[in-house]
Amino acid sequence: MDNEAAFETFKNCTVEVLQVAPEQVTLDARFGEDLDADSLDLVELVMALEEAFDITVPEEELEGIETVEQAFKLVTGKLA
Amino acid sequence: MSRVVLVTGGSRGIGLACARAFEAQGDRVAITYRNKPVDDLFSLRCDQTNGDEVDAAFGAIEDRWGPVEVLVANAGITNDTLLLRMGEDAWREVIDTNLTGAYRVAKRAAAKMVRARAGRLVFVSSVNAVMGAPGQANYAASKAGLIGLARALAKELGSRNITSNVVMPGFIRTDMTAALPVEWQQMAVDGVPLGRAGEPEDVAGVVTFLASPAAAYITGAVVPVDGGFGMGH
Repeated sequence: MDNEAAFETFKNCTVEVLQVAPEQVTLDARFGEDLDADSLDLVELVMALEEAFDITVPEEELEGIETVEQAFKLVTGKLA
Repeated sequence: MSRVVLVTGGSRGIGLACARAFEAQGDRVAITYRNKPVDDLFSLRCDQTNGDEVDAAFGAIEDRWGPVEVLVANAGITNDTLLLRMGEDAWREVIDTNLTGAYRVAKRAAAKMVRARAGRLVFVSSVNAVMGAPGQANYAASKAGLIGLARALAKELGSRNITSNVVMPGFIRTDMTAALPVEWQQMAVDGVPLGRAGEPEDVAGVVTFLASPAAAYITGAVVPVDGGFGMGH
C-alpha cells in the first residue's frame, strides 16, 4: 500500500469513527482540539485502524499522540 | 421490541427467567450455558473463564442476528466455605467466573455497542455483595466487584448512550439456593419483610425494565430485588 492509499484508508476510518468531514482530516489536525475527539473516540479509532490495516498498536505507543500526522506515522510504521 | 439480547448463564434460575421475559416481549434471545442447553432458545455453550469461548459465542450471535444490544451478565457460581478453609483455588475460581467473566462479556459486548451508539448492560449481583454472608467471601467479593465494574462502565460509556446497571437479588428460589440446608433457607426468608423467598421472575421483571426504553435515564444504579431484606441497600 503506498503512502497516499494508506492515508486515504486512514482518513476514511477517521471520518467514520469521529464523524468529521474528510477535509478536516489534515496532517496537522489535533484530535482533541480540532476533531473534538474524546478518549473513547480515540480508542475506537485505534481499533478501527487496527482492523483496517491489520496491525496491532500497543497501548504504550499511543502515549503523546495528539495529531493526525503522529497517528498516521505510527500506523505506517507498523506496515513496513 | 426485537432487540438482540444475550443472557449469560441463561439455562436455569434467574438467567432463564430473564431469557423468557425478553422472549415474551418479542426480543431475540440467546443464552450461554455450561451444562445443559435450553431446547427452544438459541443456546451457546460458553465457559466465560475462557476469552476465546466468549468471543466465539458473540461471533455466533452476530452471524445469526447481528450485534448484541442488551447484555445480561448473569452467569455465576458459588464455592462456599469459611475463609479459614478457603483455598486460593476456590477464591480464584469464583472471582474468575463471576467477576472477570462479567468483564469479558461486557468488554466484548461494549465494543459493538460503542459503535452502535446504543446498548444496555445489566449485571446480576447479589444482596450478599453489600450484606455479606458467612462462607461466601469469594462470592460476595465477586458480586460486590460487579457494582464497581458496572459504575465504571456507566461513566465510560454513558456518552455513547449505553446504560450500565446492577440488580441485586436477595433470596431467590433457584437451584443455587435449593442446595442450601433447609434451616438456612428458612432463616433467609425470616429476614425478608415480604415474608417469602423471591421467584426468578421477580428479578427478571427488573432486568427487563432496566433494558427497556422506560429506563433510558437510569445508569450506574444498583436495584435491590430482595423483598426488603436489605432495606434498599
